[in-house]
Amino acid sequence: MPTANNAIRMTEIVNVRTESPTVKTFTFTDRLCGKAKPGQFVMLWLPGIDEIPLSIMDVNNGLVSVSVKAVGDATRHMHNMEAGTLVGVRGPFGNSFIESRGRVLLVGGGTGTAPLLFLAKQLSAKTERLSFVEGAKTKDELLFVRELDGICSGKNLITTTEDGTAGLQCLVTQPLGELLDKERFDMIYTCGPEVMVKKIFEMTEQRKLPLEASLERLMRCGIGLCGSCVIGKYRVCRDGPVFTAAQLREVADELGISKLGFDGSRIPV
Amino acid sequence: MESNLLGISFAGLSLENPTILASGILGYTAESLKRVAKGGAGAVVTKSIGASPRAGYPNPTVVQAEAGLLNAMGLPNPGIDVYSEEIKYAKTVLRVPLFVSVFGYSADEYASVASKAVEAGADAVELNVSCPHVKQTGAEIGQSPKFLSEVVEKTKAAVNKPLIVKLSPNVADITVLAQAAIEAGADALTAVNTLKAMAIDTETMMPILSNVKGGLSGPAIKPVALRCVFDIAEQFEVPIIGCGGITDWRDAVEFFLAGASAVEIGTAVADDDEVFRTICRGIETYLRKKHYGSVKEIVGLAHRK
Ligand SMILES: Cc1cc2nc3c(=O)[nH]c(=O)nc-3n(C[C@H](O)[C@H](O)[C@H](O)COP(=O)(O)OP(=O)(O)OC[C@H]3O[C@@H](n4cnc5c(N)ncnc54)[C@H](O)[C@@H]3O)c2cc1C
Ligand SMILES: Cc1cc2nc3c(=O)[nH]c(=O)nc-3n(C[C@H](O)[C@H](O)[C@H](O)COP(=O)(O)O)c2cc1C
Ligand code: FES
Repeated sequence: MPTANNAIRMTEIVNVRTESPTVKTFTFTDRLCGKAKPGQFVMLWLPGIDEIPLSIMDVNNGLVSVSVKAVGDATRHMHNMEAGTLVGVRGPFGNSFIESRGRVLLVGGGTGTAPLLFLAKQLSAKTERLSFVEGAKTKDELLFVRELDGICSGKNLITTTEDGTAGLQCLVTQPLGELLDKERFDMIYTCGPEVMVKKIFEMTEQRKLPLEASLERLMRCGIGLCGSCVIGKYRVCRDGPVFTAAQLREVADELGISKLGFDGSRIPV
Repeated sequence: MESNLLGISFAGLSLENPTILASGILGYTAESLKRVAKGGAGAVVTKSIGASPRAGYPNPTVVQAEAGLLNAMGLPNPGIDVYSEEIKYAKTVLRVPLFVSVFGYSADEYASVASKAVEAGADAVELNVSCPHVKQTGAEIGQSPKFLSEVVEKTKAAVNKPLIVKLSPNVADITVLAQAAIEAGADALTAVNTLKAMAIDTETMMPILSNVKGGLSGPAIKPVALRCVFDIAEQFEVPIIGCGGITDWRDAVEFFLAGASAVEIGTAVADDDEVFRTICRGIETYLRKKHYGSVKEIVGLAHRK
């Protein structure tokens, strides 16, 4: 059934900002996405190239931002785009993170940090304490450190790099384990590479802690019809992309293990 | 009893209710099909499966139209050899009949994929004939009575389960194709697949779908689909599954009155995967109100003069 959010809207990129050697943030105006909640995503049409799912990183007075890592044809094409380029927008799609009070912990890896920054901005005024653990391969790839530092008031931001160029030299899961054993959290949110998400899920399960994780799967329709994005009985585009610990338990045999490829066969994540 | 009101049988198949999941909607995995069945579907149809894996077309593959949806997925599917495992698994978790949708580029391909699907456990085969014939680039198999009867005949000879042929509405006279399918051995017909259509963006002046053209589904096509069912029912005794734009019980009842024994639902599943249950309740209430004892009694009633 036709809905306003699924209608394609043409809009111009109004600003491009370089976040890291591989990540750029693109800002455009869109009334509907301007009302999006953290965790929701858009389908961005790059005319003549592709249409790809991207998490909303920020909304501000009708301005909508997405942060994009160059990994293939479409995303590399985006990195060559300048202000003034026309793109098509469908969305916002999917559910969103459920706001929690009390003490919250956010764990981000790579561009998975983007929707968590959006969430952190919304939560900061409402929570008792907000802690953030962010991991990257190297210093240059640690995203939004300045913004997160402001939100988390310094000592509650922990950064890790694999090569030790900034923060702790380890994977995010190492300080996370210590943090979870030392402190009490009312909610943990995560988004990032699925192997990381799976590890975090195992850690919170062991300690019986609540978790919400945002997942990625191949997206085509974005509205729950085509079946490209399914994990277990769930459609990531419609029932997700944010899943609770209880839901993750139901799909544990696929999480971090397999997904559907372009031809619908099961391939490794 | 509820199941008495809604239960139907056709072509040797028995369904607890006449609502069926249409092909290509959430039809890849057994888990998805099970979820749809839990939503109340009387039977489910898989995504169309071919002889070998296909990645499908690049995005955009779906674009919204005025009163419906355009799609050009490009038949992405893992190929029957891989999919046979999913069929076997699906048969262990489903309590409703499983129809496997099959496509090919030649009669031999259809027959071979269909027989593997049946071997794996398909309760019925539905032929998707809206794809081009290898030897005749451009023309769809379902647009040529000659190709269609060749495909149906060969497939019929290769399978011992009910054979359903899903007709394309993109023809001048659908009854000519219906006749070809019936004479070649089709046990039932599904009417219809999507209507060929397109969308253009005025800003970039470009077609939106990567494949330029696609198939229109949803409420926009319901009146066309209904007319197709009516036309076929007027001339032939064959069981018909009505399909196209069904969103509520009233739509479904219209198809029964036009001559359909069952209905397939596709696009409406996006908004509500319990749509089957909701529609069944509506049909039941309608039948009671009109004092009918079974949905079978209203099939074709619009043909009364
Ligand atoms: C809900 C969701 C939110 C996302 N948010 C972001 C984000 O905020 N920032 C970001 O940089 N990336 C994000 N991604 C990933 C992004 O969509 C892919 O990196 C992008 O589609 C790759 O396209 P490409 O042509 O550049 O690369 P390709 O070479 O085509 O593909 C590289 C890999 O990207 C993935 N991919 C390709 N096409 C799709 C598709 N249609 N849907 C899903 N995955 C695909 C596949 O795993 C593929 O192997 C998100 C994905 C999902 C599902
Ligand atoms: C996303 C999508 C994918 C589809 N894929 C197939 C397919 O693989 N095989 C097929 O026979 N029909 C396919 N169809 C057509 C539907 O089965 C159905 O005939 C059509 O959508 C009309 O019904 P509806 O209006 O209820 O959706 C597809 C439709 C949609 C929307
Ligand atoms: S992308 Fe089509 S069902 Fe999720």
